[in-house]
Amino acid sequence: MNSTADGLMVDKVHVWRGDRHVLQGVSTQVRPGELLHVSGPNGTGKTTLLRVVSGLLRPEQGSVSWRGQSIVSGRTEYQAALAYAAHEPALKGDLTALENLRFSVGLKRRSSAVELRGALERTGVSACADLPARVLSAGQRRRVSLARVVAMQAPVWLLDEPYANLDSAGSELVSGLLQAHVAAGGLALVVAHRELTLACRVRRLELNS
Amino acid sequence: MTVGAWEAFWLIVHREMRLSFRRPEQLLQPLVFFLIVTTLFPLGLSLQLSLLRDISPGVLWVAALLSSLLSLDSLFKSDADDGTLEQLALSGHGLTVIVVAKTVAHWLVTGLALVLVSPIVGTALGIPTDAFATMLLSLALGTLTLSWLGAIGAGLTIGLRRGNVLLSLIVLPLAMPLLIFGAGATDRAISGTSAMGALYLLAALCVFTCTLAPFAAAAALRITLE
Repeated sequence: MNSTADGLMVDKVHVWRGDRHVLQGVSTQVRPGELLHVSGPNGTGKTTLLRVVSGLLRPEQGSVSWRGQSIVSGRTEYQAALAYAAHEPALKGDLTALENLRFSVGLKRRSSAVELRGALERTGVSACADLPARVLSAGQRRRVSLARVVAMQAPVWLLDEPYANLDSAGSELVSGLLQAHVAAGGLALVVAHRELTLACRVRRLELNS
Repeated sequence: MTVGAWEAFWLIVHREMRLSFRRPEQLLQPLVFFLIVTTLFPLGLSLQLSLLRDISPGVLWVAALLSSLLSLDSLFKSDADDGTLEQLALSGHGLTVIVVAKTVAHWLVTGLALVLVSPIVGTALGIPTDAFATMLLSLALGTLTLSWLGAIGAGLTIGLRRGNVLLSLIVLPLAMPLLIFGAGATDRAISGTSAMGALYLLAALCVFTCTLAPFAAAAALRITLE
């Protein structure tokens, strides 16, 4: 137990969706400096698992704990340590990329415009900083949402299909970001269809129907 | 480095205001609806001024309630559709803070705007200027209460198609006391008697919903987010 007390632990999680038993007793753990790659065919509950781990969805049975404390009772601390990127980029079309970052990162931590521009530059979309998000392409929006994850400077990353809509340079960028995050002692839970070739410790969780 | 609840509140209010002003048509639609509905009555009924004065509080309040309902639907829906609601829910501030900030911002751009244009409507309906202060105050309290009630309804109906019809069905029955006391206060002010009783009751309803609705709406959001 002590060995996992500093990480994220998923303990026998069961989730029902209507009369479908989507997650059937999933248990896993991720420690700082580790990445958990969740894979499996469509409809096996990868996103559901991510939502359970984020705390958005309460499992019918089982629990998720972070640093030895349940994410329900320690919700505030856990959420402060969390950067979540869902499948949709979660950007407001009427706000510019920079404003989007300012309002969502600003709720987690104080950050300057320079810092946020730096995050956008790191994901290769600094030219889009002052454009409304609705005019950006799907790939650019994905990059802005990755910039948000980077700018939050959170130790826990939960990413749902971060490689979607990205070109090959973008895929390398995601891999680079993940490696740097894990190397810096962060932990990540990544839902992805494709194989990950990363130079860091990768644990695998294969979900089957 | 962490962000306090106040700071989060202002940040969300700021965000909502900016989003509203980027889409001015969303701001103007309920106001134009309010103005048109209230001017249709004198045109359609061709009443004498004295009769018009008798029905004006009711017309004013029904139009105010309906036009406020028009904008309630958008309170959480667009954030839920594009996924930003999830980001807000995971921001570490608790849904109650988010609900309060979003509802206050919503009232500032819809309810308060409606209160500010109501003197035009009052003049068109023949309400004497002496009664304007009561009319403005009662509308301000009424629209704020309605925003809180609407937040609960909007939270419950996010995930539904054609949720706005259900939203009206949830909110309108709860808004009956607002209509009764709001129109009552305006009516008394027109006839020159004291409207304080009705205003106090409106204020009490406003305090009641301000204190309890955020928790109810947050609970509703938590359910719909799952």
